[in-house]
Amino acid sequence: MSAGELLGLSAVAASESLAAGAISAAELFEAYRARADADRDAGEQGLNCFTWVAEEPPAGDRQAPLGGVPLAVKDLFCTEGVPSQSGSRILEGYRPPYSASVVSRLAAAGAPLLAKTNQDEFAMGSSNENSAYGPVRNPWDRGRVPGGSSGGSAAAVAAGLAPWALGTDTGGSIRQPAALCGIVGLKPTYGSVSRYGMIAFASSLDQAGPLTRDVRDAALMLRHMVGRDPCDATSLQFPHAIELPSAEGLAGVRIGVPAELTGEGIEEGVLSAFRESLQRARELGAEVLDVALAHAPHALSAYYVLAPAECSSNLARFDGVRYGMRAEGADELLEMYTRTRHDGFGPEVKRRIMLGTYALSSGYYDAYYGRAQRVRTKIAEDFRGAFEQVDFILTPTAPTVAFALGEKTADPLAMYLNDYCTVPMSLAGVPAISIPCGLSGGLPVGLQIAGPAFSENRLLDVAHALELALGFDGASARV
Amino acid sequence: MIAREEVLHVARLARLALREEEIEPMAAELSAVLDHVAKIGELDLEDVPPTSHVVEVTGALRADEPRPCLPREVALQAAPAVSDGGFLVPSPQA
Repeated sequence: MSAGELLGLSAVAASESLAAGAISAAELFEAYRARADADRDAGEQGLNCFTWVAEEPPAGDRQAPLGGVPLAVKDLFCTEGVPSQSGSRILEGYRPPYSASVVSRLAAAGAPLLAKTNQDEFAMGSSNENSAYGPVRNPWDRGRVPGGSSGGSAAAVAAGLAPWALGTDTGGSIRQPAALCGIVGLKPTYGSVSRYGMIAFASSLDQAGPLTRDVRDAALMLRHMVGRDPCDATSLQFPHAIELPSAEGLAGVRIGVPAELTGEGIEEGVLSAFRESLQRARELGAEVLDVALAHAPHALSAYYVLAPAECSSNLARFDGVRYGMRAEGADELLEMYTRTRHDGFGPEVKRRIMLGTYALSSGYYDAYYGRAQRVRTKIAEDFRGAFEQVDFILTPTAPTVAFALGEKTADPLAMYLNDYCTVPMSLAGVPAISIPCGLSGGLPVGLQIAGPAFSENRLLDVAHALELALGFDGASARV
Repeated sequence: MIAREEVLHVARLARLALREEEIEPMAAELSAVLDHVAKIGELDLEDVPPTSHVVEVTGALRADEPRPCLPREVALQAAPAVSDGGFLVPSPQA
């Protein structure tokens, strides 16, 4: 098989070819390694999606179920002996002494580490412009952002520089970059994947998930990610095995469309692709109904209290003592802490730490953190109510298509609005997938499908049927 | 708009040094976000319980059995400064 043909295989097809002996794990790895290396060496001409690329394939188990489909992994996953900085200067030079559970699990299943991917610093951002490694460029238009925070993972998969990639989603960090890059991104039910070894941002929301070329690939990766891990007390045993989806129709499926997330604030090109998708769903036999998520418009406000509050606590550990950089010249402990954190954190991370510390500080706790937690309860109740009436909820994934580099960096609030449609599902802990559903002005539009907790198998089936019907072609983004 | 003293107070709590020229922009940016999130103040949330965690986890306790942990030299490997098998830091009261 030629290198071009090898690189054209989906992860499912590659694993089948590996199992059949039609291709070797070594040639597949080398084909991708050469591609990833070339992107790293291309500097300004490249996408800047990788922060580290493997020199040679790790010794793997040929009998492992995936057979050796190389995996790109977001920088914030600890990888033993391999740089893991969560996109931050403060962790400069850090090579963890252990690997994240989900990375080990996937490696054991036959997905060896190909590369680490660029991201917004500590996963805080929606454009991948807040990275110590510099911004990632969108393969559809290099003057535009890939979304974030898993921007490197999304760009790498969209450009065909990796067969698939691991990302994390706190308020939309898998789904939004998947949407902006025209690929599939899944945020699983909270608790279904171990967080052990993920450099934490907001622990009650952080969840790892796949970024892939298609829905079947997402299912295949998820199958080897889920499961209880003794090292993460919030992880749960997934109630059933993840199946590869095969559904082609949607007969009997009730789809809910919340007015709160499908009108105001969403640009027209995105809305028109969304309406087209609803029409496809009807043609496949689905019943499309109005559904209310009354508190969804308040989700973003609650999120931008809760996530910074958790981040201000989680990021307290970066103090120049145990790992990463230390500011030079401080002769007193407190000064060493404050200057290390000043020099090591970027502007967005500092803003969120300040915001979170403020919201948790004496006198403000009830007004901000306490209220936000109550809003979270109402949002979770809204979803439970909606899922009594419908099986799935459909919305656009992001309010706009990919925007220009630099367009929103001066206005944090404008940047936060990117998460408007994805944050409610995060607060409710329910699974949601983004699939590409069309183009607007030549740029991909994402369709978000959300389901009840642990409905991943049915969710993937619905996404698969819609993916077939929509027939999105991502070939023009391939390098 | 958040007062300058308040920004400095929060920065102290967060163990974050701010340069003089960083204080004013930080106050403005925090104020803009806080004005936006203040919208949740309009909701009636009387009698609504708070949610800290969406998934019910029960029986997360495990047996307290000793098991191997990172060897000392590995744990110290990534530290900016070490001394006598420990992390070296400047004195707290210089």
